[in-house]
Amino acid sequence: MLQTADLEYSYDQKTTLAFPDIECRKGEHWLLLGQSGSGKTTLLHLLGGLLSPRGGSVRVADTDVTRLSAHALDQFRGRNIGIIFQQSHFVRALTVEENLALAQQLAGLPIDERRIRELLEHLNVLHKLKSKPRDLSVGEQQRVAIARALINRPAIILADEPTSALDDINCEEVIHLIEREANEEGATLLVVTHDNRLKERFDNQILLT
Amino acid sequence: MNLLQLSWKNLINKPLTMLLSLLLFALGVGLISLVFILEKQLDQQFEKNMQGIDMVIGAKGSPLQLVLSSIFHLDAPTGNINIGEARAFLRPEHPLIKRAIPLAIGDSYSGYRIIGTTRAIIEHYEASPAEGKLWENPMEVTVGANVAERLGLRPGDQFRSTHGLDDNEDLVHEDAAAFLVAGILAPTGAVIDQLILTSPASVWEVHGHEEAGNTGEEAASGEEGHDHDAGETHDQEHSPALQRPLYEMTEQDITAILIQFKHRNARTLNMPRMINENTPLMAANPSYEISKLFEQLGRGERILRILGIVIVIVSSFSIFISLYNSLKDRRYELAIMRTLGASPWRLFFLILFEGVILAALGYLLGILLSHGGIEIGARIADDAYQYPFTGRTFLTEEVWLFVGALAIGVIAALIPAFEARNTDIHRTLAEG
Repeated sequence: MLQTADLEYSYDQKTTLAFPDIECRKGEHWLLLGQSGSGKTTLLHLLGGLLSPRGGSVRVADTDVTRLSAHALDQFRGRNIGIIFQQSHFVRALTVEENLALAQQLAGLPIDERRIRELLEHLNVLHKLKSKPRDLSVGEQQRVAIARALINRPAIILADEPTSALDDINCEEVIHLIEREANEEGATLLVVTHDNRLKERFDNQILLT
Repeated sequence: MNLLQLSWKNLINKPLTMLLSLLLFALGVGLISLVFILEKQLDQQFEKNMQGIDMVIGAKGSPLQLVLSSIFHLDAPTGNINIGEARAFLRPEHPLIKRAIPLAIGDSYSGYRIIGTTRAIIEHYEASPAEGKLWENPMEVTVGANVAERLGLRPGDQFRSTHGLDDNEDLVHEDAAAFLVAGILAPTGAVIDQLILTSPASVWEVHGHEEAGNTGEEAASGEEGHDHDAGETHDQEHSPALQRPLYEMTEQDITAILIQFKHRNARTLNMPRMINENTPLMAANPSYEISKLFEQLGRGERILRILGIVIVIVSSFSIFISLYNSLKDRRYELAIMRTLGASPWRLFFLILFEGVILAALGYLLGILLSHGGIEIGARIADDAYQYPFTGRTFLTEEVWLFVGALAIGVIAALIPAFEARNTDIHRTLAEG
């Protein structure tokens, strides 16, 4: 489902980062551990098609994203890759509902009101449907961010430090929700973190040095 | 939700940051459109009222003043002329003159001028009574449409005139006979709508009576310098017989004569110069005087228009800066939109539309300001300046102004929009 080979990236011409090959099968949950500066976020962005590698390939659901045209990549990303960030950012002018609808639209999909409501209900934030992001607590924001990552039923979910800004209780809850939703959608999950609290939960781990 | 709606929501999410740009833009557009409207309507009104009048004859003074006072009824008259001196121009058998309209100006009612004249003025402006009839006997008046509407005059109403052209209660001709409204004219859109028409004899009668009864009082109240503009009848006790044609009443005064020539040729071309050199009268060419006036006004209009353009340019900078600032604020938001599948061009148009919406709103507000301002101003100033301006007509120039406004919106948003297009997703998100 998610597969990389000989992935390389260079910030400038001199230093090149080489990444270990990754192979995650459908529905598997993986943890990618590494200290700050080890290139975790860079790898995640390469996997999400947000960044072009210098060499190597990234296959997501049998598509080599490094070979897609810019436009096709944007569309592909919107439909097949859900990304959860450390800090959840939304379009501030829009309500929770509109933010999720926007995620559907930007991926070139029709707006599915039912899907939005179901997902929010599932994540226990349906009552915030008409709220602006700034009126949400951090925990609620993270739930909505999870909903947004899942809204288009992506094949893979990439989570970048989803818990490192949270206290233990919220951390536990958020990672639980991510895992649960990934399971229900049958999505492949890759969590990138330096948060040691998550170590115990994942059987599949990659250590980035 | 389309891109335009998203731009709109982004704008109203922080309305205050954009308000200054919006107001500035509206001010600039409003000023430009105001100048357009005033120029156009002034031009039309002057054109309409001047049409068919080739020459104005009056007392010596400023030719522009003569034209303004006798055709447009704006300024004070230059003085009076004696019919005896001007009788040649009033004779129907004059070989070059098609129509001569005599005007005896000097009195008013509630700020509207009472004009002693002949039926020639009715023919000239193609007016006709909507109610009642035209004046026949002395002290009968036919009232222009606007005057009747403003003052609520109806046929059969009576009123006393005021000496001079301002609405001054102290100068009401109390001892003279009252005027009787014989009829109301249908609206023509020309200056005649603003006038109260009567025969010259009425004007002479009011002043003849006044002279006889009030001479001592006037002298005592120190009004010696006060100049009667028309109807200075020193040797008349009674009103002159109406049956005599005007040009035979050589002892009477009038204020001016509006002349239409039969044909324009070398002789008519030279006539004003001949009159000015060889008679105590003054002749003025209205289109020449008015085009000179417009040349002067044109300079002012240019300055105002340039001022408007400068304000619009400043406001476009203001739009640029506010968009740029809001962009910094929304970097992360834009990057997230990219990860959700938005193409770089989508972000470009998202920001571009914000500029365009601002410009369009500013334009609408500006047009509202100028038209509303003229409409309100016209109502306030209607009594002082008797030409109706209206904010309810729109010009083709304003369509071009809209196109220009949108273009400025696009230009102001161009750089921020490119900035948004070039959002570096990786770097933005990595920095958090």
